[in-house]
Amino acid sequence: MKKNDTTEKVNTGNESSSGMKRRNFVKLLGGGIFVFIHPWNFMDILAAAPPQQRTLPNDYNAFLQIAEDGTVKCFTGKIEMGQGPITSLPQMMADELNVPLEKIKIIMGDTDLCPWDAGTWGSQTTQTFGPAMRAAAAEARGVLTDLAAGVLKVPASQLEARNGFIEDTKNPKNRVSYGQLAKGKRIEKFLEAKPPVEDYTKFTYVGKSYKHSDATVKVTGQAKYAGDIRLPGMVFARILRPPSHGAKLSTVDLSVAEAVKGTQVVRDGDFIAVLNENRDRADEAVAKIKAEYTFNELKVNDSNLFDRMVGADSRMSVVRTNGDLEEGSKLSDKIFESEFHDPYVAHAPMETHTALARFEGDKLTVWAATQSPFGLQDGLVRQLGLPLEKVRVITPFVGGGFGGKSMYTQGIEAARIAKLAGKPVMLEWTREEEFFYDIFHPAGVIRIKSGIDKEGLIKLWDYSLYYGGTRGSDTIYDVPHARTVNYSQLKDSVAIHPFGTGAWRAPNNNSNTYARESQIDIMASEAGIDPLEFRLKNLKDEKMIACWKAVAEKAGYTAAKTPSGKGIGLACGTDAGTWVAMIVEVKVDKNTGKVKVERVVCAQDMGLCVNPQGALIQMEGCIQMGLGYTLSEEIQFEGGNIKNRNFDTYEIPRFSWTPKMDCVILDRKNMPPKGGGEPAIITVGAAVPNAIYDATGARLYRMPMTPARVLEAMKKA
Amino acid sequence: MEEKIRFTLNGKKTEITTEPNQTLLWVLRNQLGLTGTKYGCGTGFCGACTVLINKEPSRSCTLPVSDVAGKDVVTIEGLARGGKLHPVQQAFVDHDALQCGYCTPGMILTAAGMLMKNPSPTRQQIIDGLEDNLCRCGAHTRIIDAVETAARQMKGGK
Repeated sequence: MKKNDTTEKVNTGNESSSGMKRRNFVKLLGGGIFVFIHPWNFMDILAAAPPQQRTLPNDYNAFLQIAEDGTVKCFTGKIEMGQGPITSLPQMMADELNVPLEKIKIIMGDTDLCPWDAGTWGSQTTQTFGPAMRAAAAEARGVLTDLAAGVLKVPASQLEARNGFIEDTKNPKNRVSYGQLAKGKRIEKFLEAKPPVEDYTKFTYVGKSYKHSDATVKVTGQAKYAGDIRLPGMVFARILRPPSHGAKLSTVDLSVAEAVKGTQVVRDGDFIAVLNENRDRADEAVAKIKAEYTFNELKVNDSNLFDRMVGADSRMSVVRTNGDLEEGSKLSDKIFESEFHDPYVAHAPMETHTALARFEGDKLTVWAATQSPFGLQDGLVRQLGLPLEKVRVITPFVGGGFGGKSMYTQGIEAARIAKLAGKPVMLEWTREEEFFYDIFHPAGVIRIKSGIDKEGLIKLWDYSLYYGGTRGSDTIYDVPHARTVNYSQLKDSVAIHPFGTGAWRAPNNNSNTYARESQIDIMASEAGIDPLEFRLKNLKDEKMIACWKAVAEKAGYTAAKTPSGKGIGLACGTDAGTWVAMIVEVKVDKNTGKVKVERVVCAQDMGLCVNPQGALIQMEGCIQMGLGYTLSEEIQFEGGNIKNRNFDTYEIPRFSWTPKMDCVILDRKNMPPKGGGEPAIITVGAAVPNAIYDATGARLYRMPMTPARVLEAMKKA
Repeated sequence: MEEKIRFTLNGKKTEITTEPNQTLLWVLRNQLGLTGTKYGCGTGFCGACTVLINKEPSRSCTLPVSDVAGKDVVTIEGLARGGKLHPVQQAFVDHDALQCGYCTPGMILTAAGMLMKNPSPTRQQIIDGLEDNLCRCGAHTRIIDAVETAARQMKGGK
């Protein structure tokens, strides 16, 4: 056996079905140099949502491949839903491997090809991908250098990776390309160790702006989303849905639906679907089903919900505590008590939940619009009783997620129907289904009791959360006597949320930042201190102070006591490891109560910024989307009945809402990269009400700040 | 009853046999294979399904296919000519005026239709013209910039 044919393998300990998967995988991809990673060395299992926490596979999944043509293929379980990793991850890869950017090919969200991943959420992609890739790339460079030492006949220590070649540093013409080194070989390396910390400053691609690499396919209509995949024999499905959550099917007559030309009806208990190769006929058939329901709903609606939360028998847990609240009260000159209400909010991505399912023998493939291809794979295994290796999930482009597509019910439904029908099934939820079955941002109540001394220093901070969530509930400010308490669903008690809730872009941080930053403003105003000065006085966090300096400078901020009549509002917070400070300017129509956000200035410290252009676009997107939960978005419901099920009654931000935006990303090249997809949204819902107060003297304790609520608050002011 | 419906689709004469009440969106996507036109809400509120009918931006999710008989239909697949992107498409690429890309075809066709009628829109007219097209990712500010740029370039300016 020649030396170059060597296949390096280590004993994986327990090479069961997953070992088989790796071998099949390598066969599928041909020759080259492979670096496999064990995902658990890099991924934070706690970052996975509970349903996605599977038994650790004893598996090494391919991570990168240097193919025989010199292409570097990178396989990741992350998905592209507009947040830009399809552009930024190859940038990181190119730098780590010293290879031109155009040589990198990224393969995303395919459970047969990509390493396991918890899901694309929590602004984790750049943070977790970076270290894993750095280690894989270092390993690959080691292999390439060793091989090149043999080919170039110089010691490895004299070699350097440069632009896709391994070069002799003493004679740069003596070089060999990665492709040449990979040719005719199959080398497999396995990573055990965590990657070393590396110097971010020497990068070529990282830190430079690149436009979306998927823009051309998206402007020409060529980009394929799950609903765009076509298979021979494929039919369109519609599912019979109940009129409200909690309604139970009592009687059903399917005969009229079955009479619609070309319709097949499938049924498994209460799960009933109509199929037709013509989508219009599927719509017609499902509408013709005659069904009766019984109702046993909670007596709750969007008005009495908040009292119900506060009055419920709840599980109480202390999130954090320091000092002594009684002592804090004693030290306080003024005490402030406030209660903030936050409703259910929908994700409303433009693409509804969509999936195409196909069985070939006992092998199931599902193409799905999902933020969690591996979560869906697990779900299919559980709910259809299939072995893991017989289930493949492929994620094409995803038309927006924002957390909503971490829920993958439509993929399970499509597979169930495909199994019942014996043919490939396309299931595209209607917009009404999308609103009805969304896992909404949870409604919640936040109560704050706080106190300041004569100097305007915060001495007391007693913070209670009811049924929202704790992300972003950190005090941030330097308070000696503070406590955060969370009230949540008591096990075996009546459910407080009448329907599904889940993660909505920067989950619950929007609510917490709204409550905290409103309370800060209330205190600043009462103390007669400019709200920026008040914040800086009470902050010790240097990153936050730096963000405030940057944003105040950009905004041209001038100090004033509130309400000044100018309509300026401030807010800050942290999310996904990133610090954000924001100043907004609003105009309030005092006759109609309508709020127009004129300008938003935002500064963020996100550590090393991989693609400044991409990060800027995420900040702009956060600001625009944030206007929705602030000013108009709210699910109206009565019991289990969702009343707003389309865009006529659920209003999302439009072009006329767009403010002038100035975004600043602090230069932090020496720090590890942090999240960018969510942070800037958290401060919108806090800075805007503070600006409304500055403009009108009216304080809003209820999201969203609709014209009617603004008028009502102005009457009280 | 099925009948033959003839129309021009992306510059080509097209004849299909279908029931006349079939939805134009589904006919385009499922019968003619043009999946660039998207389903967003099914009721004409969001604009993801926008196509040009006789140069007029129209919501294909609420139109029966019989409505386009004898007319000229342009979908996102038919906007680029001879491998060259339409100026609006090019401006969307240049301004990075998209994220998930799902509303993009409808946005581009709405903008293209608007510029055919009014080659010199003000920024406010652009905003008004796009007001009923929804984007959830929040690419609005870049989309407005892109349409301004496209308008300038289509008039031969820079």
